[in-house]
Amino acid sequence: MTFWQRNQLRIAPFYFLAPGLMLFLIYVIYPIIDSIWVSFHEWNGMSKDLLKADGTPKNWKWVGFGNYIDLFQDEDFYVAFFNNVRWLILSLLVIPLGLALALFLNQDFKGMRYIKSLFYFPFVINLVVVGLIFAWFYNPKYGLLGQAFSGLGLKPIPILSDELYATYGIIFASFWPSIAYTMIIYITGLTGINREMIEAGRIDGASGFKMLWHIILPQLKPATLIAVVVTIVGALRSFDLIAIMTAGGPWGSTKVLAYKMYEEALFNFRMGYGAAVATILFLLMDIYIAYFLYNLFKNERGAK
Amino acid sequence: MRILKYLIILSTIFASSISSAGTLVVNSNQSGESSEAAFNAYVAAFEAAHPDIDVQVNLTEHEAYKTAIRNFLVAEAPDVAIWFAGNRMKFFVDQGLFMDVSDVWADADLNNIMSSSKASLSVEGKQYGVPWGYYQWGVYYRKDIFDNLGLNVPKDWAEFKWVCAMLKKNGITPITIGTKYLWTAAGWFDYLNLRINGYAFHMGLTAGKISYEDSRLDAVFDAWRELIEPGYFLEDHATYSWQEAQAPQINGEAAMYLIGNFYVPTLESAGVVDKMDFFQFPPIKPGVGMYEDAPTDTMHIPSGAKNVVDAKKFLAFMSDPSAATNWAKMGGMLSPNSLADAPTDRFQQMGFAMLNAADGLAQFYDRDANPDMAKAGMEGFQEFMVKPDREAKVRARMEKERRRIYGE
Amino acid sequence: MFPTPIQKASLKINITYKVLLIITLVLWLLPLIAVMMTSVRTSGDILKGNYWTVPTEFALIENYGTVFKLGNLARYFFNSLVITLPTVLGTIVLSSMTGYTLAVHRFKLNFLVFAMFIAGNFIPFQILMIPVRHLTINLGMYDTYWGLIVFHIAFQTGFCTFFLRNFIKELPFELIESARADGATEWTIYRKIIIPLTLPAIAALAVLEFTFIWNDYFWCLILSQSEGTKPITLGLQTLQGQWMSSWNIVSAGSVVAALPPVIMFFTMQKHFIQGLTFGAVKG
Repeated sequence: MTFWQRNQLRIAPFYFLAPGLMLFLIYVIYPIIDSIWVSFHEWNGMSKDLLKADGTPKNWKWVGFGNYIDLFQDEDFYVAFFNNVRWLILSLLVIPLGLALALFLNQDFKGMRYIKSLFYFPFVINLVVVGLIFAWFYNPKYGLLGQAFSGLGLKPIPILSDELYATYGIIFASFWPSIAYTMIIYITGLTGINREMIEAGRIDGASGFKMLWHIILPQLKPATLIAVVVTIVGALRSFDLIAIMTAGGPWGSTKVLAYKMYEEALFNFRMGYGAAVATILFLLMDIYIAYFLYNLFKNERGAK
Repeated sequence: MRILKYLIILSTIFASSISSAGTLVVNSNQSGESSEAAFNAYVAAFEAAHPDIDVQVNLTEHEAYKTAIRNFLVAEAPDVAIWFAGNRMKFFVDQGLFMDVSDVWADADLNNIMSSSKASLSVEGKQYGVPWGYYQWGVYYRKDIFDNLGLNVPKDWAEFKWVCAMLKKNGITPITIGTKYLWTAAGWFDYLNLRINGYAFHMGLTAGKISYEDSRLDAVFDAWRELIEPGYFLEDHATYSWQEAQAPQINGEAAMYLIGNFYVPTLESAGVVDKMDFFQFPPIKPGVGMYEDAPTDTMHIPSGAKNVVDAKKFLAFMSDPSAATNWAKMGGMLSPNSLADAPTDRFQQMGFAMLNAADGLAQFYDRDANPDMAKAGMEGFQEFMVKPDREAKVRARMEKERRRIYGE
Repeated sequence: MFPTPIQKASLKINITYKVLLIITLVLWLLPLIAVMMTSVRTSGDILKGNYWTVPTEFALIENYGTVFKLGNLARYFFNSLVITLPTVLGTIVLSSMTGYTLAVHRFKLNFLVFAMFIAGNFIPFQILMIPVRHLTINLGMYDTYWGLIVFHIAFQTGFCTFFLRNFIKELPFELIESARADGATEWTIYRKIIIPLTLPAIAALAVLEFTFIWNDYFWCLILSQSEGTKPITLGLQTLQGQWMSSWNIVSAGSVVAALPPVIMFFTMQKHFIQGLTFGAVKG
């Protein structure tokens, strides 16, 4: 036996991991650290090497916690932050709605397979397209909603240009693809459910809601965990729809942290400030990542 | 790590099209049917004059281009980039990203034939780009509606308000506007401010030297309020982009639109151009000169350009009167080239006459001001137009931004 | 099965269910139906604000022709394919390797590496924007297909590793042990045993990844600029800028842009559901 053969179980992880892990470290882990580093600087995104007459860098300056101090005094930041909270809370509605739809569709007869896949459609459609469709649906003059209001003799509400409703309007639009997504997760979950337990439940006289609560939901726990995480991550990442539907308006009232970061970095050229927003968002997200990992870890332990 | 880098370098060589000598890469923001055709005509004329040069155009959508340019100037500079005069150009000049092209100005005699735009392309006496077009702002209105109601073009502020009142009374939206992307609101602010406080004040304000809580701005917001409170602007304007706000005017439901001359091609394709006319924004305060917004669009050579020789030829080609005429004309612009044919389109003629007689030309609020100040300012203007009672709060917020940006 | 199969219920309930199903389906797809209808409308209809009734005239060929001819959509479409296909392939190769080793081999940092992949996958990816842009520029890959492909592979490896690792963990471990007893190397096991058994999950992932990459809007905004590399999402945006008030043209473009993932999804549907059942849900 050569050295290679004897030790291959110990060596294997290295070469199996190397390519994927290396790319991941370069493109994901390092940028996270770099982003945090940038957040302690003032930087307009231009060359860091350009020097001023006095020899100090022209575009790059250490400011310590300066960006964070500015951030906590920036009204816009609180607007964005609370919009993210709204997204988080309301998006959770997607989970029961997705489950309800999955239960409604979990039937098996001829042609049902195709009907189900029609229900999956919104999930595969581009968010740019979804944003365009809903912006247009809300249009107070030409949109379906506006016409419905007029039909009832009411004055149409300009959803996307009213600071009270705009964020809710965008969240509602995001429901369409995300309900489709959670529904897919639950349908796959439902197909994997233990039939004997359902039969046993039926014999015990459980049915309807009682059955759902005591027998089905516990078995769907892994699916629910995925659905919750996917939804929360989606809510914190929300960007495309806002960019397309309102561009953050009216007067910045629909901005979320991800959008604010993009705007500060690429439109206002304040990379450091944008990175500070990103860091806050990252810290928020860490709570959920930790929760998810904890759950996963517990499951793994349980399985052994 | 090193292997990866080699791999990456290898694949890049494989992937990137190798630009040979004689290829000129131009990044353009001339999206939109007529603008694209106009620019292509200039490129075709240039290629005909220089058969050995092959021009490769990268077109990016107008709004997305504003972001993209910051990437490509640093990362992979084209040989020529289209951009804007004024503060927007100066920012890149300060970064050392645009090349000094004073020699092009001298060699191609641009110092004489483009003298009127020279100042807006100069930083400390050197020129950093060549203009290719500029255009007027003003009120585009439905002449047929005015005629039906027996209304005349307003000559002063009182008449303007009276015209609005009459239109409103007859069930017509006096002024259409779409402020979703904010800058249309800045057009209103600019004109009210230029008519009340004049050019020097506009330049001082956009340079960050004047407070947004300055009492001289009170009159500007008051005048604006005189149009907002009676409901003269299109309802729900924050919902619409500037293009979507065209529809009410095209359909004859709205009468006036304060906008730039790039509006005309849409009017033509919608078939209503014969019902339309143009007037200069009326004077408000006696004794203040007639200053206008006349944004200038330009071409520059990035410092990282590879084919500088041909790029300079491309810029110098603007001295060709017929190429300059064509590009400007087809794109709905006025040519900065004084040898270019006088415009034949009536809107361009009116704009040409108006701008020649103007007491001074500003670029535009968001071209004269810093980008982050412009953003904060325009959000404020939009909010004021919807919630005029928040004036004090809105102005306080703009002032806070100004202090932060200009460090007072 | 839960809920109770509808076949067991009365005829009345069966009919009610099917009627309800159709109504829900139509409501659910209403936005799509509207877009498809709009994509064949004439500009005249659009200018009149006639969006929601049956088109008075059909302009199918004109609108789609415009999109391809003036909108340059064929080129964007091609770019999207050139970016998406290698990305999907690369992601699957790399993540099946990492997934295999994380599922099968015991080593000290196993859980830590796994946790890192998951955590990286869940971060708000916008925070990577500033550094990734500069990294790509410095590697000379800005505005090339490879710039987007390599980044996408790196980022998607997190999610796919998670997915495949869970799937492989469910496979019968005895197979691997007996192969090892026969003297197979780890690489042979990976290629000859793991890959064939993992195919359903790989098929599901391929569809999912295809959808993600095809629909990406944010990264192509940051990492590409020229006509030669821009994918269809940006092309759609260009189209929207050019034809802002021509909803029929924008809609036609949207339909074209949405088509490939939809087709992919339809043809691979069975694998998709199967793969998902084994993979993600059993996490």
